[in-house]
Amino acid sequence: MSKLFLKGNEAVAEAAVRGGCRFFAGYPITPQNEIPEYLSKRLPEVGGAFVQGESELASINMVIGASYIGTRAMTSSSGPGLSLMSEGLSTMAATPFPAVILNVMRGGPGTGAIQGAQMDYLQATKAPGHGGFRLLAYAPSTIQEAVDLVYLAFDKAWEYKAPTLVLMDGCIGSLMEPVELPPMKEVQREEYPLYTSPHLNPGNPKRRCSATMITNERDHEDWNRVQAARYATIEKNELRVEEYMMDDAEYVIVAYGTSARVAKSTIRQLRDKGIKVGLIRPITVWPFPYESLRKLDETKVKGILCLELSIPALMVEDVDRGVQGRIPIATYGRAAGIVFSSEEVEEQMMLHIEQDWK
Amino acid sequence: MAKVEITVEYCKACELCINVCPKGCLQIGETTNAAGYDVVEMKHDAECVACKMCAVMCPEAAIEVYK
Amino acid sequence: MEKIYKRPEAMQKRPTGYCPGCLHGVANKIICGLIDEFGIVDNTVAVQPIGCGALMCWTTDTDQIISLHGRAPATATGIKRSAPEKFVLVYQGDGDLASIGLAEIMHCANRGENLTVVFVNNSIFGMTGGQMAPTTLMGQKATTAKDGRTPLQGYPMHMCEIINQLTAPVYIERCALDSPAHVLAAEKAIRKGFKNQLENKGFSFIELLSNCPTNWGMSPVKSLEFMRNETMKEFPLGVFRDRSEEV
Repeated sequence: MSKLFLKGNEAVAEAAVRGGCRFFAGYPITPQNEIPEYLSKRLPEVGGAFVQGESELASINMVIGASYIGTRAMTSSSGPGLSLMSEGLSTMAATPFPAVILNVMRGGPGTGAIQGAQMDYLQATKAPGHGGFRLLAYAPSTIQEAVDLVYLAFDKAWEYKAPTLVLMDGCIGSLMEPVELPPMKEVQREEYPLYTSPHLNPGNPKRRCSATMITNERDHEDWNRVQAARYATIEKNELRVEEYMMDDAEYVIVAYGTSARVAKSTIRQLRDKGIKVGLIRPITVWPFPYESLRKLDETKVKGILCLELSIPALMVEDVDRGVQGRIPIATYGRAAGIVFSSEEVEEQMMLHIEQDWK
Repeated sequence: MAKVEITVEYCKACELCINVCPKGCLQIGETTNAAGYDVVEMKHDAECVACKMCAVMCPEAAIEVYK
Repeated sequence: MEKIYKRPEAMQKRPTGYCPGCLHGVANKIICGLIDEFGIVDNTVAVQPIGCGALMCWTTDTDQIISLHGRAPATATGIKRSAPEKFVLVYQGDGDLASIGLAEIMHCANRGENLTVVFVNNSIFGMTGGQMAPTTLMGQKATTAKDGRTPLQGYPMHMCEIINQLTAPVYIERCALDSPAHVLAAEKAIRKGFKNQLENKGFSFIELLSNCPTNWGMSPVKSLEFMRNETMKEFPLGVFRDRSEEV
């Protein structure tokens, strides 16, 4: 397969089409604009439909319609757009409706900076919306991985019939790297059975009736159990993590996405100086790789640095939950589009090593 | 002679049919349905002309008209 | 004896979810009758709102989706664009369409989506207990306008007239459900809205003036009088645009 030199946003847009995406609705927001731009031309070429919605809020509801009727559908946005889509995501997770959601993260909160950052970690992993639902969330750190994970996300979304999030940041969206594109999937529109309440139309079970407002309490509670069981299955089966140079690591950096790329450079720089540092890189930020942290040997690992393009630190809560106080944790972050250099991270590591993480 | 039939379980005694019948054929009857509504019925001396106005107005499609 | 008026087949075999005398029931009945007439019960998706309009889910025996509040036109766009062969009905109340969902209906109409929108305007939020809606009349009382709506709370919004400012819509009419004659006229209008979609002509918008006995605090029969004396004075009936034959 030949490699193409592609910009991240365009690469993942093409990956989506090859993953069977035949409906996209989205709205302009930096730093993901190339995705709708690309798809507005590309989707009609493959018999798909593209709509620029009047808002992210309208767009996610268009995706709900396309997904309800059986079309592989997707939207993409950035943090502020995801906030506008939260009610839609909650409904999709509840019903459930499959779809792929791309968040090309930017500075935050509020309108935030338009450059890349990782300020939506909590939104993605704890509460993408109201009602206590979870989203399987992938976090690629290279453009090839972003292509592969978006492609995978379509299959996973339709396997679980639930929305699946791909959490990129503006850097990955904007960088250009050589990538190999996966083969085109021809996926037909297919109406799948909806998990719903017979209460809606008891007389005719073959009708596809979808509602997240079910007035029969027992039906609704059973439904919540079905969702909870789905989350447990995803937690058990879909966890992905990269453990880089961890075998002899005395210090560990925990980082995902662009931060993990910088961390790898820092690790090589420190190892050249005989300092053994390893990296735990969540590839799924939900489910989170707690086990990789639980199994750390506190007699060997003296300190952990939680590295994010976010101020304040957000992922540190999950790192802490995995480490459970056995190993000291420090955090380092830059925000608003500023990306730390590997030297800058090396300085941070040396600082903590000298102060023994005090 | 034309007549109407009212499905007991659908009627909610809203009286829109009674109000619109040009011949005054309908009234609230004695039968109470499962939901507790006293169901509308044709009067014994009703002179229905099958104009269908009651059925057109009924929000429950509880009325069917015969001629 | 021949049956000359029957309950539509496309109606589920149970009472509606509406209050006694609520004209939503009449709107539902008309829609189900037309579904029978066009023979599309197995090919219809009813996109329902949040609000009393959602109770259509206990009436129409078709595929259906209760969309998020105000978003039915967007959800219907997603369905229709993905499956143009489906008949997609959009059914909304005044809170859903004219308040939270105003952007969605305007842009759906502006894109000229090939959809049939039935908009039930009863000038109140019904399901949530009688709050003021964008179509509440001046001086009309609501639980959030205790002494009657005042200019500070805006004026009744005339959705047919507003949508009539857009280029794409093909057919826009306002009807009422307060009398058999008006109900039959409304049926004619909605039939045209069905036909336009089935013949791929584009966006049809039919507004139905309706009532809310429970939250207007009057009997169903009295509510019809209120509609004639008040509602229909504020919201004139008529065809605002009909390019059905030109398209």
